[in-house]
Amino acid sequence: MATATTVATPTRKTWRRLPIVKQVRQSVGLQRGMLLAGLVLTGVFVLTAVFAPLLAPYEYDQLRDAAGPFGAQAHPSGNHLLGTTVGGYDVLSRVIWGTRTALAVIVIAVLLSIVAGVLLGLVSGYFGGWLDRVLVVVCDAVYAFPSLLLAIIVAIVISGGQSSLIGGVMAAAISITVVFIPQYFRVVRAETVRIKSEAFVESARVIGASNWRIMVRHVLRNATRTLPLILTLNASEAILTLAGLGFLGFGIQPTAAAEWGFDLKQSLADVSSGIWWTSIPPGVAIVLTVLGLTLVGESLNDLADPRLRSRRAADGPPPAGTVEPGGAVVNSAGYVA
Amino acid sequence: MSTVVDISDLQISFATDAGTVDAVSGVSLQVQAGEVLAIVGESGSGKTVTARSILGLLPETARVRGAVVLTSKDGRDSQDVVPLRGSALREVRGEDAAMVFQEPSTSLNPVYPVGWQIIEGLRAHGKLSRKEARAKAVDVLRRVGIPDPEERIDHYPHQFSGGQKQRIVIAQALVLDPGVIIADEPTTALDVTVQAEILELLRRCRDDFGAAIVLITHNMGVVADLADRVAVMYQGEIVEQADVRTLFSAPQDPYTQQLLAAVPRLGQGVEHTRERAARRTPGWAEAAPVVEARDLRIVYPGRLRKPDFTAVDGVSFSIRPGEVLGLVGESGSGKSTIGRAIAGLTKVSGGSLQVLGTEMNGFKERAFRPVRERIGFVFQDPASSFNPLLTIADAVAEPLVVHKRAKDPRAARARVDELLEAVQLPRHFGDRYPHELSGGQRQRASLARGLALQPELLIADEPTSALDVSVQARVLELFDELQKELGFAALFISHDLAVVDLLADKIAVLYRGELVEEGTGAEVLGAPEHPYTQRLLASLPVPDPDEQARRRTEWNALRTTD
Repeated sequence: MATATTVATPTRKTWRRLPIVKQVRQSVGLQRGMLLAGLVLTGVFVLTAVFAPLLAPYEYDQLRDAAGPFGAQAHPSGNHLLGTTVGGYDVLSRVIWGTRTALAVIVIAVLLSIVAGVLLGLVSGYFGGWLDRVLVVVCDAVYAFPSLLLAIIVAIVISGGQSSLIGGVMAAAISITVVFIPQYFRVVRAETVRIKSEAFVESARVIGASNWRIMVRHVLRNATRTLPLILTLNASEAILTLAGLGFLGFGIQPTAAAEWGFDLKQSLADVSSGIWWTSIPPGVAIVLTVLGLTLVGESLNDLADPRLRSRRAADGPPPAGTVEPGGAVVNSAGYVA
Repeated sequence: MSTVVDISDLQISFATDAGTVDAVSGVSLQVQAGEVLAIVGESGSGKTVTARSILGLLPETARVRGAVVLTSKDGRDSQDVVPLRGSALREVRGEDAAMVFQEPSTSLNPVYPVGWQIIEGLRAHGKLSRKEARAKAVDVLRRVGIPDPEERIDHYPHQFSGGQKQRIVIAQALVLDPGVIIADEPTTALDVTVQAEILELLRRCRDDFGAAIVLITHNMGVVADLADRVAVMYQGEIVEQADVRTLFSAPQDPYTQQLLAAVPRLGQGVEHTRERAARRTPGWAEAAPVVEARDLRIVYPGRLRKPDFTAVDGVSFSIRPGEVLGLVGESGSGKSTIGRAIAGLTKVSGGSLQVLGTEMNGFKERAFRPVRERIGFVFQDPASSFNPLLTIADAVAEPLVVHKRAKDPRAARARVDELLEAVQLPRHFGDRYPHELSGGQRQRASLARGLALQPELLIADEPTSALDVSVQARVLELFDELQKELGFAALFISHDLAVVDLLADKIAVLYRGELVEEGTGAEVLGAPEHPYTQRLLASLPVPDPDEQARRRTEWNALRTTD
């Protein structure tokens, strides 16, 4: 019904169409609050990671300064705002440096899984046939595995369970990648199968475009609309998996990098003896980072679906122009959590 | 006569991402008991929203002002529907006003038997025993013309044909004996021959059941056939209200005049075809045909123990250079399949199909690719035939880039601008995205894309069936002009005889995968030989109430002789 056309304004404000900015402008009320809270938390996380050398008072593996050793399980004080751990590291510094490890793992894991998952999904959905069936079965099998168990196996295979900074980060990232590939694969494959039957793909076939050209130019770009949503949700899951690996002892050595899960494990014994400052800070860091990313992901998911999106009530004077037809309808089928 | 529905100064606005939009502004309408009021207008004119407000069936984002006073059939109580909520609104729905939707296949729940769905409405409004309700449902099914209602009441929606499903939807509306039935494009999704039967049934709803009908449609033929009074809507306002004869014979508003002039009428094309035939060079008839089908068979393989489906069975025809062949048929007749087979989108199973000298039976994509350059295709739905992420210029340049006539879309821009101008679109439209164009503009851009490589053959698969009448007229005119200028051969596929008649040199009628009749417009439309063609012609409603009344008696006669 609502078929109306836009009268294109000559000067388009391009920054308003940027992904996140557009969604913030679109949202109202509670949804906007959730999105902004998520964005702020995520922003703080990323900035901390980038400026860790400036923010952290000490190095992540520093045990002594000019005044001598820090001492183990020292109370929070002027020198050590959050005290020191059982191993004698500065807690605040470890938490701040930990953002770097977390960010590195997220970026590597998400990049690897997106590239592999999208490529496989595209080929599988577009060509179909036996390859499609085999890939779907393999992905279902990966789904059926407990992801942490799978991550542990991969961590052992890659690094023998213990490792340096690069080895540890890669082990965690690749193990997370393996678990995430099926999610991207499924979403992209489903979208590809849907888009394949759209008239514009047929029209490209009639023109005589090659399969590769159709896949890249016509299918891929239309199939990736839901990816930002899965991406943010997966990022939060990646942190949890990394922390889980560290907690179970498959993580990164304290001398190689700061890692929240490892610190939590080390502080386990402290909890019962009333030493709160070793366990709470890394725990809170994990919670806030995951919360921030999840809030962004969930809000983007809701905003992308016109049925879930709340709007301002119809009121006030109508605008001079006409309407843009409904916007893109992205259903929530792509949402896998 | 009493007034059943009294709409006064209705204003409806919607909250959208782009702000508030007025869909209906200041509409006042009355519907009398036992009359058929047709609301006509283009898509976006607010006709559906107006009618839906009678039932309070508007989305949450809508804001309604004004009054919609609904009076029950016995005239005892009347109330304003606009402020009603919850149970008070439910009370009104079904009992005082009921609705018939456009698409019968989606307005019935596929997991319940049809009888259950009718009874559900009955039991929501009255204390009926199971037995009484069932008896009532059987009765109403019989009255809308479902054979063996005692047995079929337990069947599921998929066991009925499209026309029968629409009858069931109407039965569902009728069972509570409402004062007014709102029929939103009740026949748009149906074939012409089925449409005639549903219109007959709706007429009986008025005559036998005494229900008033608010008919929403864009088809002027349907209006002429059924309506007593017509309201013409344009951009959320009523521009003209008159009884049906006055409206068709002496339309007052310029918009109505324009709308009526745009409706294609049968027989308009005869003169045109003769003109074209006279222009042909001698020896044209001997030229090698562009497309030649001999005993063409296309079979879709059945899935898992289901028999194969023969979509096209033993069809022979040919298209000579510069000739326009109109392919007419109802849904499922195989007309689109033939078009897709010519473009190499569907495999040919038997017989022979020669396209520009290439045999399509068992063709290889690699061998066919050079031939694709010489074929253009225009798709039915302008909304989905463009990649939403490419600008119009990029989309039109696509064939040029694929066939290496241009290095990239930017290099092709000069040619793209020429093409856009040829289809009467301003050059700067090339920088827009498909959703920023209206349906008609998009379909013109689609035509530009089809013609980009100067094809010898253009396949147009229902290019105008998704468009409004006035837009359709413009696109058809453009198609005709371009064809005259560029001289390509064309296969024009449509379900609308009048549209095909306007353009085609020859008309071929398909019925269940078989070609039942072929000839010039004068032959096929003037003196149809096959009974199916006769029935098809007789069921086509014409936009003239008196002429249509005469045709209806003819159709009834034809129906009883069958």
